Amino acid sequence: MPDKEKRGSGRIRLLLVDDEVGFVDVISKRLSKRNIDVTQALSGIEGIQALRGQDFDVAILDLKMEDMDGIEVLRIFKKMVPEMPVIMLTGHGSEKAANEGMAYGAFDYLTKPYNLEELVEKIQEAAGQGR
Amino acid sequence: MDQNQQIAKAKYKALFRNRMLTIIIVSFTPMILISSIILYQFYTSYHEKVYAHLGTIVKKHKRNIDSFLNEKLGNIRFIARTFSFEELSDESFLQDRLVTLQQEFNHVFVDIGVINEQGTQVSYAGPFKLGKALYSEADWFQKAMESEYVISDVFFGLRGLPHFIIAVRENHNGRDWILRSTIDFVAFNNLVENIRIGETGFAFILNREGKFQTKTLLDILPEKIPCMDFIKNGRKISKEGICITEGVDDSGEKYIYVGAFLKGGDWLLMFRQRSSDAFSDFRSAVSVTLAIILLGGLGIISMAFILTKMTVKRISQVEQKKRMMNEQIIETGKLASVGELAAGIAHEINNPVAIMVEEAGWIEDLLEEEEFKEGENLGEFKRALNQIRAQGHRCKEITHKLLSFARKTDSRVKDLNINNVIDELVTLSEQRAKYSKVIMETSLQDNLPNIKASETELQQVFLNLINNAIDAMEKEGGTISIKSRLDGKDVVIDLADNGPGIPQANLLRIFDPFFTTKPVGKGTGLGLSICYGIIKKMGGEISVESNVGTGTTFHVYMPLPGDEEDQD
Repeated sequence: MPDKEKRGSGRIRLLLVDDEVGFVDVISKRLSKRNIDVTQALSGIEGIQALRGQDFDVAILDLKMEDMDGIEVLRIFKKMVPEMPVIMLTGHGSEKAANEGMAYGAFDYLTKPYNLEELVEKIQEAAGQGR
Repeated sequence: MDQNQQIAKAKYKALFRNRMLTIIIVSFTPMILISSIILYQFYTSYHEKVYAHLGTIVKKHKRNIDSFLNEKLGNIRFIARTFSFEELSDESFLQDRLVTLQQEFNHVFVDIGVINEQGTQVSYAGPFKLGKALYSEADWFQKAMESEYVISDVFFGLRGLPHFIIAVRENHNGRDWILRSTIDFVAFNNLVENIRIGETGFAFILNREGKFQTKTLLDILPEKIPCMDFIKNGRKISKEGICITEGVDDSGEKYIYVGAFLKGGDWLLMFRQRSSDAFSDFRSAVSVTLAIILLGGLGIISMAFILTKMTVKRISQVEQKKRMMNEQIIETGKLASVGELAAGIAHEINNPVAIMVEEAGWIEDLLEEEEFKEGENLGEFKRALNQIRAQGHRCKEITHKLLSFARKTDSRVKDLNINNVIDELVTLSEQRAKYSKVIMETSLQDNLPNIKASETELQQVFLNLINNAIDAMEKEGGTISIKSRLDGKDVVIDLADNGPGIPQANLLRIFDPFFTTKPVGKGTGLGLSICYGIIKKMGGEISVESNVGTGTTFHVYMPLPGDEEDQD
């Protein structure tokens, strides 16, 4: 689908980087019902590869992944596409990592588990800023 | 546990025994050594002193007796030389001489007589009717004829009384004659009898045959006196002719003998004293020393006993504390690892819970679509999904609380609403309380100002108090009521239970470290002392009131920040 059409339809292009398959699946489905197209990446590497081939309005990045440290991925994202807002997902009690992420230029962070509506709001907010 | 206690008991018993033995040996050895050395030195020097003393006395008397004899001999010799044989052969003239001598010397001379070469008495003056007695066979006469003079041994002679004779030989016209005088035995005997020392010391004189030359006070058979043997076997005779030895008589009594020769070795002046009498001072010194050693020994033993008992008690107390500390460390370590484990699990659980909640949300999303809107069970579906979501959120809350509690102790001070802290702890403790049939009530004053404190430390304090209260009411159940209120410049939290209460004696020690009434291994006795320390550090106060049977209330006073700043 051409880029323009997507924009015209007002759908937000989201890159979701999280190694929890079940979570990524259901979130993608639910977000897509809420006008958000989700590209799934099940690891930091996959996320970087996806970002090479495509543009995204917003990225959501889990800070705790098997292969790569989320902060590391964030730094690479910020190098590749500095203007793309990144929302971080953290576990409870790891605000320290989240704060570090904020220092590297993340847009915001959410602690798991979160409310879907809250997440949607954050995404829309970030996409508005990114555009 | 019983076996351990027995082992510990045996260990302390052995420790007690060894320490006590060590103290006693270390104290007694020098005391006994020093006492023995001193006693030995004292014994030696005292012996020397006694011997020297006795020697001096005997020497003095030897001189006295010798000079007595020499003097008497001199007197007789003077008469024999001054007057001629003819003059002295006249009995009235001789009688005059005797009277003069007796006046001069206090009746020492009993009689006087002149004897010719043949041993016949020519003249005689004195109390006895001896007349022309013949002395040619007499021992003294024969000796006198050989030497110039003679002092005889004591003998009974013709008169039947003990006496001795002084005889001097002179020459007249080529013929020998002898002037002889008898010495009063009593007067001579007094010289010796006067030597009396202590209770048992007395003197006597023996001749070469071992026959007494003086009256003795005791019935000592001459054979029993180590007369010449004594000289041979005894110590060597000193320059002054004194010889000292010790001997044992038939009854086993020890005696000191001091001897000196008289009359050019013919007679032996002997002094005898019982050793126990001579050394009575030494004996009393020994008794006193032994008494001191005995008393000192008793003192040492009792002090060793008391000191060792105290030391061992102290050691056992210290070891008990150490053991408790170790238990506490192990317990803390266990808690920490359990906490970490719980935190890990809580974290991991969040992911599946989140997926469950999201999946439920996805179903809800799908239910919005037309085809399901007509479904007869739509309401039931929605209710079930809501329930899933609600329970998921509940899981999340639980894990959040657990996580926030299990996080490492953070003693950083921040603004806190005490009510939130209490609410959180009550939620955490409710489950445990329920198992123990304990109901938890809160009555928290709204709009309490924030206090400055470390959240984790405050949690520790209140959790400790709540846990103690639950422990106390475990058997019977009860109610814990937590109240927060503002009291002047303090925020006060009252934590009351209606458990069995704390006896007055324990109440005074309740904040002491290691004080616990819980069975061994259950409590470390550190909880409340740590609470006390934390509250004090924050500038607050903690106090307790309790009545047996009614319950216990802890009051925690936390100062408001403004107050502290004012003070600063």
